[in-house]
Amino acid sequence: MSWTKKVLRVNMSTGNISEEPLNMHWAHDYLGQRGLATRYLVDEIEPDCDALGPDNKLIMTTGPLTGTIASTGGRYSAVCKSPLTGTVACSNSGGFFGAELKFAGWDMIILEGKAASPMYLNIEDDVATLIPADDLWGQSVWAADHLLRQKHQDPQVRIACVGRSAEQGCLYSAIVNDLHRAAGRSGVGTVMASKNLKAVVVRGTKGLGNIADPKRFMQTVRDGKKVLADNAVTGEGLPAYGTQVLMNVINEVGALPTRNMRETQFEGASDVGGEAMHVPRKSDGKPNLTTNAACFSCTIACARISTIDRTHFSVKDKPEYWINSGGLEYEAAWALGPDTGVDDIDALTYVNFLCNEDGMDPISFGSTVAAAMELYETGAITSEQTGGVELKFGSAEALCWAAEVTAKGEGFGVDLGLGSKRLCEKYGKPEFSMTVKGQEFPAYDPRGIQGMGLAYATSNRGACHLRGYTVASEILGIPEKTDPLESGGKAGLVKAFQDATAAVDSAGLCVFTTFAWTMDDIAPQVDAACEGDWSTERMMEVGERIWNLERDFNQKAGVTGAHDTLPERLLKEASASGPAKGRVNELDQMLPEYYQLRGYSADGSMTDETRQKWALPS
Amino acid sequence: MQKSLHIDPGKCTGCLQCESACSLIKEESVNPSKSRIKVFTFHDEGRFVPYTCTQCDEAWCMQACPVDAIVLNPLNGSKDVLDDICVGCKVCTIACPFGTINYNSSTGKVIKCDLCGGDPECVKACPTQALSYIDANATGLDKMRAWASKTDNAGA
Repeated sequence: MSWTKKVLRVNMSTGNISEEPLNMHWAHDYLGQRGLATRYLVDEIEPDCDALGPDNKLIMTTGPLTGTIASTGGRYSAVCKSPLTGTVACSNSGGFFGAELKFAGWDMIILEGKAASPMYLNIEDDVATLIPADDLWGQSVWAADHLLRQKHQDPQVRIACVGRSAEQGCLYSAIVNDLHRAAGRSGVGTVMASKNLKAVVVRGTKGLGNIADPKRFMQTVRDGKKVLADNAVTGEGLPAYGTQVLMNVINEVGALPTRNMRETQFEGASDVGGEAMHVPRKSDGKPNLTTNAACFSCTIACARISTIDRTHFSVKDKPEYWINSGGLEYEAAWALGPDTGVDDIDALTYVNFLCNEDGMDPISFGSTVAAAMELYETGAITSEQTGGVELKFGSAEALCWAAEVTAKGEGFGVDLGLGSKRLCEKYGKPEFSMTVKGQEFPAYDPRGIQGMGLAYATSNRGACHLRGYTVASEILGIPEKTDPLESGGKAGLVKAFQDATAAVDSAGLCVFTTFAWTMDDIAPQVDAACEGDWSTERMMEVGERIWNLERDFNQKAGVTGAHDTLPERLLKEASASGPAKGRVNELDQMLPEYYQLRGYSADGSMTDETRQKWALPS
Repeated sequence: MQKSLHIDPGKCTGCLQCESACSLIKEESVNPSKSRIKVFTFHDEGRFVPYTCTQCDEAWCMQACPVDAIVLNPLNGSKDVLDDICVGCKVCTIACPFGTINYNSSTGKVIKCDLCGGDPECVKACPTQALSYIDANATGLDKMRAWASKTDNAGA
């Protein structure tokens, strides 16, 4: 089993809190977490609802393996309609909050309506209570976490919280749990704040039993852990360098988007990558990286725990930042570094701390700053808007300032909180926005990694690397090497990655396991833990069903095949250096085949046959 | 040869596999709140420290127990709680200087590490060898080796 089979429903408008059984019919079709919560969302909200209105719902959801001893079995997701993209939003986080929710006896929390004044939700096993949070509103995630711990006098509570950016309406605000893990993308934190919900505090002492076949499950878990330990990426590269192991690799293949994606290689990459985090600094002889760290149950431990140089301009007068906290991971380091042209690792770490402290998605934030820098350099934005700050590429001071004002929603920070698309539209240069469906790109330039262009264009939540990470195949050779400069054959590759990832995200596991695990490693763990038969084939079917469910919702919300595209820059402006020199992304070569493989019409519309095949709700 | 559960906090990543494994074998569910071993996270310092019963030779918990519910297991030196005899008075939890014996409100008994009868599950689950089960007479061997390697002769 491993589902607790219980759903907590919280109506923020009425204050009514109720318990209901998990829809097991849906669980068998959609597994859990991403898939299952999306099924609930599709059933319960109108696709065209206002994402920040009371009619949107926010579902905090776990998978069947969340809270088990399976490696990485600690994930949860936040699912809602996104205010940034207008599509379905599903943001995945690690840390310890998701497992704790399971230990308290809940598979998911459905949050609906909007409270009249700020509240937080307290869950102690079976008992859930809404408590006034006027004293927490206006506080950062870190400050609110501290206040909640003081109030509850229980060091073992787990807390998910939104920061000031979300309260101020920044459209890419995250839900931050355990101080520095985040359901980061698509503005799920903004939705949480729109319900006047500041935090969810959970303490679970019931534990998670109910494993369908405990003996076989333990054997599959042991087998899985061994595969992760023996693999070069999950056993060595990620523990030593974290995801930052990629910085130099991606730069060398000429796919490191630089200065708002105008270039594809960054001269300062080695100054801000994983290796640089190990280099002792002059001031105190300590490296940026203190240690690696794990989320619940994870035997990879890719997370970075870092400090900022105390003599650095950003923190020399701010001892509150002289602590260890969540350090740079690749996507954040890229968005804050190469994409803004800043090669100062302490500035990047400081801004990363601020993103954690006030819950901003560092990918969208960094990319938006990059767009703002291009707007500034071309004169579309002037010092009149920035209050005198020279918002130029490469300026660490400007980057730090931008993070400070966006975190609090002050001055030009309000504009930066709009995200790249709305910002560039506001200042008359929509072509400067490096987004798909309104969401900012992550750290792989699709001119140098062709499959990623298709993955970005067709992603159900806008530009995203976690919806179909063909980088694994095209660069790292996992499960098999394909040529990153070749667009042929990528349609099938993208589809396979998209479907597999949807299934992994729905199991409660971390997608990073798939550097080592195939579905043949994952399905046996799900099969032993859950009732029913969960073969590799069924897992892939579930993944494809989930993909189409998301796609169908987006179509009903008005986000259609016409939005499956990339910014002109990536389709028309050739890469100027590196192995991809002279290349653009060949999206038009891949998209028709992709639609065909998916069973969509030539314009990307969902067909009745496909809808029927997957028994999608009407 | 008597063995000790040895903890090297420097290797711990805070994943809680040990807590899951402990609660799974003792409580038949993954339930860190009922684990006999606990990992403490010191966020600002960036440290993770596992902590559990050290199996004192002169075990104060055992001496304090008014009903002799805590007994020495001669095979591995662990001090084990006999559930049938424990009355849940919690005196042992006061006596223990380290706080590693605790009351379990679900059962009304106290719980502590018993080294799983000489085959500790937490050690098997730990992915980084932060936990090991080694010769009780030489728990300092790794530290000695590390310091020895820093002498001038190292690498000669």
